[in-house]
Amino acid sequence: MPVKARKKTRVLDPHENKKFTTISDLEVPPLIGPDHLKNFNPQKKLGKPGEYPYTRGIYETMYRGKPWTMRLFAGFGTAKHTNERFHMLLDHGQTGLSTAFHMPTLRGFDSDNPQSRGEVGLGGVSIDSLEDMEILFDKIPLEKVTTSMTINAPAALLFAMYLAVAEKQGADLKKISGTIQNDILKEYLAQKLWIFPPEPSMRLITDIFSFAQKHVPKWNTISISGYHIREAGSTAVQELAFTLADGIEYVKHGVEAGLDVDDFAPRLSFFFNSHIDFFEEIAKLRAARRMWAKTMKERFHAKNPRSWLCRFHTQTSGVSLTAQQPMNNVVRVSLQALAAVLGGTQSLHTNSMDETLALPTEESVRVALRTQQIIAEETGVGSTIDPLGGSYFVEHMTNKVEEEAWKYINKIDELGGMVAAIHKGFPQREITEAAYHYERQLDQGEKVVVGVNKYHMEEKRSLDILEIGSKVEEEQVKRVKALRRKRNNAQVTKTLKELKSAAKGSSNVMPYILNAVKAYATVGEICDVLREVFGVYKDPAII
Amino acid sequence: MSTTRPLRILVGKPGLDGHDRGAKVVARALRDAGFEVIYTGLHQSPESIVRTALDEDVDCICLSVLSGAHNYLFRKVSELLKKQGVKDMPLVGGGIVPDEDKTKLKKECMLEIFTPGTNLETIIKFFREKVKPRK
Repeated sequence: MPVKARKKTRVLDPHENKKFTTISDLEVPPLIGPDHLKNFNPQKKLGKPGEYPYTRGIYETMYRGKPWTMRLFAGFGTAKHTNERFHMLLDHGQTGLSTAFHMPTLRGFDSDNPQSRGEVGLGGVSIDSLEDMEILFDKIPLEKVTTSMTINAPAALLFAMYLAVAEKQGADLKKISGTIQNDILKEYLAQKLWIFPPEPSMRLITDIFSFAQKHVPKWNTISISGYHIREAGSTAVQELAFTLADGIEYVKHGVEAGLDVDDFAPRLSFFFNSHIDFFEEIAKLRAARRMWAKTMKERFHAKNPRSWLCRFHTQTSGVSLTAQQPMNNVVRVSLQALAAVLGGTQSLHTNSMDETLALPTEESVRVALRTQQIIAEETGVGSTIDPLGGSYFVEHMTNKVEEEAWKYINKIDELGGMVAAIHKGFPQREITEAAYHYERQLDQGEKVVVGVNKYHMEEKRSLDILEIGSKVEEEQVKRVKALRRKRNNAQVTKTLKELKSAAKGSSNVMPYILNAVKAYATVGEICDVLREVFGVYKDPAII
Repeated sequence: MSTTRPLRILVGKPGLDGHDRGAKVVARALRDAGFEVIYTGLHQSPESIVRTALDEDVDCICLSVLSGAHNYLFRKVSELLKKQGVKDMPLVGGGIVPDEDKTKLKKECMLEIFTPGTNLETIIKFFREKVKPRK
């Protein structure tokens, strides 16, 4: 190198122009020390695990007492296909079930409805009636296994079917446990699998709360979900804020419906995303516990400490996975799963490496389950509770995420609560905006996705993928048509008529739905009755 | 560009699923790039998408499907257009479409199919170069 040239070269700080931000664009300082946490009172802000405000965990012993529940979401094809996958997962040491339903069930249509063409059994299992549900849980003891069901707009129907199957097995409804997602608000915000408008949907939810409190006391009647909000493109702060704001709206409605807050709040549970920005996710989960505890205690004056607990399931982030170089996804999922565990999750779904291509194969699901088992049984991270508690940076991030989230919650309160905010399009616009901003950052290389906008290479598909044949649709359509011929149709008509008048009035619709389900009325038939009474919701199509 | 009018593009979401993140991001990017964009909103039937496309007299229809139902839905929209005698309204797809399906669909009825991870600039460039205003 010529001397002259060297003289002209200024020594550059390689990071001078680089902004260090989280994936959600929160600024990350180079070093956090005690000065940043001057007013930080660990007794008040953290407490002990199992004590208010639960920042360090909702249980005194956390994973030393019992590891998190490993719960992998499964569902495809017919009930028989999914029943086989359930048995496979239980045989491999999974500790709880989680059911994915196909689009027609999620939107309240039968498999033989013209609108269901091309969609039967694709993204989940096709359930048209109690008959399918009986096959789905064949030889699975519902008194022993806990089941989570990702079902929202028609949650009351699928919950009723589950209870009917449990009764037939001779299970005691007072003992069975599980979760229905039943979170309609985030459907309007993010997942968009709605049927009815917000107001009657909220009534269905409070009907479920009060029915379950009397008859199925151990059931988690709602899983208030940030997962889909995040997948739709929100930031971590928005995910946290909108989820808690949804929770606040449900509690408000429950109280307004005449329920005592302590009678239903202990059965509320949450569901968060674990995205790729490691510390931001851990901070978000820790902040969630602290914020919910404060909300329940101070805003809703709940007296039972169980009402203060933010118990949650976590799933690793689907959108963070790439179709390009899909084996890299195993690494992404491991890091996200680790963040969820360090954030103190109660249960965890790890995505499979091939989920950006199709539904996962048995092999890739096994790797996803083994990922959790390695974290639980090899790494030792669960041996001590909240190992990152007290870290200057983690406490700073937890405070920061909390502070930003409160701003959103206050804004939603100003708008009149979440239902009002949805009608005004506020959270939808915020999420759409964040999604677009992130996409632009990817385009400009400001954010990196390995194998996509950096380290890209030409490749041939290296994974086998699971194919769902068109036979599934044919078979399922035949089954539902056959069911309509063989069941007692007079009983179906009678129970549907009774449901209709209950829906028009103000009595709890759950017992009526249960009767219709037991008469083998289909998902489509029951939803048609409710559509007639409640009306349907239309997409405001905000771009 | 001054002599030709901007492209009119319909962004449609056929089917029952609610995955609209991609459709909305692409619709917004196309609009910001100077195209006229009409977004149908979610849960449209193939029939209603074709009807809107004809009513709005668009130059091109984009279809976003992430539920796995692309094989049925893309073909159905193409079939309905043919029935209407429309030959100059290309279809562009987006979503999770496996390579085998993509090859077949491109041969049969789709001008192009974009999958997740595609740069927005690539998509904009594609419309500038490959899609022309209808006469």
